[in-house]
Amino acid sequence: MDTFLQQLINGLTAGSVYAVVALGYTMVYGIIQLINFAHGEVVMIGAMVAFTVINALAPSGLPPLAVVLIGTGCAVPVCMLVGYSMERLAYRPLRGAPRLAPLITAIGVSIILQHLALMIWSRNIMAFPQIIESRTYFIAGAAITTVQIAILGICVLLMGALALLVYRTPLGTAMRATAQNPQVAGLMGIDVNRVIAATFVIGAALGAVAGVLFGTYYGIAQYTMGSVLGLKAFSAAVLGGIGNIPGAMLGGVLLGLVEALGAGYIGDLTDLCQYGWLSGLIDACAGGGHFILFGSNYQDVFAFVVLILVLVIRPSGLLGERVGERA
Amino acid sequence: MQSFFDTRRYPWLVWVGFALIAVSLAVLPFALAQVGTTWVRITNYAILYVLLALGLNIVVGFAGLLDLGYIAFYAVGAYTYALLASPQFDLHLPFWVILPIGAAVAALFGVLLGAPTLKLRGDYLAIVTLGFGEIVRIFLNNLSRPVNITNGPQGITRIDSFKLDGFDFGHYGSLFGLEVSGPIRYYYLLLAVALGIIVVNLRLQNSRVGRAWEAIREDEIAARAMGIDTRNLKLLAFAMGASFGGVAGGMFSAIQGFISPESFVLVESIMVVSMVVLGGMGNIWGVILGALLLSFVPEILRWTVEPLQQALFGRMLVEPEVIRMLLFGLALVLIMLFRPAGLLPSAVRKRELAERAA
Amino acid sequence: MTLLVVERIAKRFGGVQALDQVSFAIAPGEIYGLIGPNGAGKTTLFNVLTGIYPPEQGSFAFLGRPITGLKPDQVARAGIARTFQNIRLFANLSSLENVMIGRHARTRTGVLGAILRSRRTIAEERDIERRALELLDYVGIRARANDPAGSLPYGDQRRLEIARALATDPQLLALDEPAAGMNPTERQALGRLIRAIRDGGMTVLLIEHDVRLVMNVCDRVMVLDYGEKIAEGSPAEVQQDPRVIEAYLGVAHA
Ligand SMILES: Nc1ncnc2c1ncn2[C@@H]1O[C@H](COP(=O)(O)OP(=O)(O)O)[C@@H](O)[C@H]1O
Ligand SMILES: [Mg+2]
Repeated sequence: MDTFLQQLINGLTAGSVYAVVALGYTMVYGIIQLINFAHGEVVMIGAMVAFTVINALAPSGLPPLAVVLIGTGCAVPVCMLVGYSMERLAYRPLRGAPRLAPLITAIGVSIILQHLALMIWSRNIMAFPQIIESRTYFIAGAAITTVQIAILGICVLLMGALALLVYRTPLGTAMRATAQNPQVAGLMGIDVNRVIAATFVIGAALGAVAGVLFGTYYGIAQYTMGSVLGLKAFSAAVLGGIGNIPGAMLGGVLLGLVEALGAGYIGDLTDLCQYGWLSGLIDACAGGGHFILFGSNYQDVFAFVVLILVLVIRPSGLLGERVGERA
Repeated sequence: MQSFFDTRRYPWLVWVGFALIAVSLAVLPFALAQVGTTWVRITNYAILYVLLALGLNIVVGFAGLLDLGYIAFYAVGAYTYALLASPQFDLHLPFWVILPIGAAVAALFGVLLGAPTLKLRGDYLAIVTLGFGEIVRIFLNNLSRPVNITNGPQGITRIDSFKLDGFDFGHYGSLFGLEVSGPIRYYYLLLAVALGIIVVNLRLQNSRVGRAWEAIREDEIAARAMGIDTRNLKLLAFAMGASFGGVAGGMFSAIQGFISPESFVLVESIMVVSMVVLGGMGNIWGVILGALLLSFVPEILRWTVEPLQQALFGRMLVEPEVIRMLLFGLALVLIMLFRPAGLLPSAVRKRELAERAA
Repeated sequence: MTLLVVERIAKRFGGVQALDQVSFAIAPGEIYGLIGPNGAGKTTLFNVLTGIYPPEQGSFAFLGRPITGLKPDQVARAGIARTFQNIRLFANLSSLENVMIGRHARTRTGVLGAILRSRRTIAEERDIERRALELLDYVGIRARANDPAGSLPYGDQRRLEIARALATDPQLLALDEPAAGMNPTERQALGRLIRAIRDGGMTVLLIEHDVRLVMNVCDRVMVLDYGEKIAEGSPAEVQQDPRVIEAYLGVAHA
């Protein structure tokens, strides 16, 4: 029972970060139908910038919370700038081009960002300095740390803030109108270019915070962290229904849970020794041994399997609408 | 000047051109060997990339399906060869048995991936193939337990070289009476395979099948109304592209003698895509040019950037590998922005990419 | 003797009943007209017949064989070819290639044949090209064979679509508003072309707005309104039908 609860907590924590990153994918997709392949790299840059600042300030004696806040405060504008520049320079000129063209550009942007980061920060893994004293609480045999609680809280706040922005402000209305139909939105006096740029910038800001949270959670940051995290978040967005904001939140949390519970149980489930009739055939099982087909080292596979399954079975995702092609 | 190269007036000029190219390709490895055997090796890897790019061109260029996990088929071919011709399972089948097996297994993987996903829209398909590529790599990394199949991250070593009737491609010895090194022997083999694959590509392109692919790429609904079974033809493109990747993988395995999952990472897939895109999707000569450029330019960089930096700054500031990747990324972006049909565009693709959909 | 029998097909899109229990039959060798106000469901009927949308109800049979539920490519191979209201040519390919692609359904070369360039392949390839050129000639745009289809004038694109459809050797040719965007001279020529096609032994199903063209070429006409069949008969009969007059003059329709 405590494995379950523990993995639930871990999954929720990771999942809430996926959800925040997934929002960046889904907002951009919803508005210009582009898979912004480079969004994961924006998240990585957020983590790297923040870690650099945090590491520099760690010995200063400032209160830990202030250090982390300053780090994040530096990461957010940097990422917003990166998000804005890539939309302006790499994607805007291709608006209206065949769909694969901006996707290929996005891959290019992603490679560029990743290797610029490599140039700046080297291949070394950056560690989160030991400044936060994390306390651990126990609920029914499962542990939850203050960091996890903080991450969950911040993610919920961010998602709430975004929902307010999208559904309660003029900018949000303009974004939704543009997503519905850019031409009509333009005719109604909405500056479509600005709305699209704003979407990128907001997504990047969320990504920056998510990068800091993710780095803090695992205690490390590295120039490669963006690609897998990005792909997982994208899978989450697809799971929820790409282009759909509540969908991204739901998808992120679900994906985190699937991954955590999957990693927690796959080893036990695929231990052939527990299946009586099989264990007799396998030497390794003698004397209470194990014969585990797939261990938790397959954790990263879950996201991709979810991605493929969703796209094959229900490409519109859990909350997305089906759209058909007209002949 | 111009009239002299008018091949319509002097058709034999074409043959002179061919002869010149053939002779230069034949003596090339000897010239390169003068600079250093490394350069023959580099050329061999470049030809491997040509094979890969031509295989991917069938999928991306002809059928218009962006495959971001293409390297998985290369991996399947490479591991098939490695497992059947190395001490790993103590199997040592001859290469002419394994290469077709590798091609078939890769094609099977292509169909397995394609069957459920080919109805997806282009950008979704791209991401699914990417996921597939990663899944294959994760499995290669982890299939060392509970039974050791792939030997995990350490990879498989001491893979057999190609041997035919006592003739070992991996060793120094005579060829047509000349003393040549192993890489030079492989060079000729690779060249022959590359020529074969070029012919296959050309013939496919100008055939009923090639036209059907073009139709699918242009307008799927109209293609179906013409009686084209789009599903089967897309699967066919996937399977053919995959099998080329499988063959290239097998050759890679043998030439290198050692493989590990490291060689089949996402960046490699993207590299092959870049070659196709840079050269010109759908144009065989363009794709070859793209593959050669992206194979050689980084090597040239490697040999110039380091000494240059040492001379200028007294130390190495930026690794050549990083510069290489930055150039890659930049090439992708700039090509899409300024020359979306590639350096040597196919006429049709050029029109397609110039067309700005509403 | 009937070529196509359609029985009570129904299709709805969300709240719109695009087709409501529509039945009719087409005899071999006739030109069967399909008219109705915009949004009446004519194109939807084509899409259902050619397998693009599955109908919710009803069935249809072609040459006595049920073809409900076939995929579009199977329908094409069964012998129904179509054109599209919003022209769907392979715009970046040459006119000739467009028609050559139309031969796909009736030719056989596969991968192996293509790679080996067997004698059969070469012969078939020559055949395809010859037939495609003939068809371009037949519809009157042979001179544009090597131009990209998208660069042709509107009227010629419509003709090219017809040539491409004919290349599939259909028994039934379904034309969706082929005269749209043509000037009166072109329309007359189109009328002649359609009759010539029928005289060559083919059956034609024609959606058209141009009343004159319909009256001139069609043997029988069916009228759809809001997805319902409201009349059927000779052009003259249908023209007199009060329901038809109402449908066309009714205020609800723009
Ligand atoms: N793919 C589709 N999705 C939703 N509604 C559709 C679709 N296709 C057609 N319709 C609707 O069905 C009705 C009939 O359309 P259509 O068959 O195109 O009419 P016609 O060709 O007679 O002008 C219209 O109300 C149209 O909006
Ligand atoms: Mg219509």
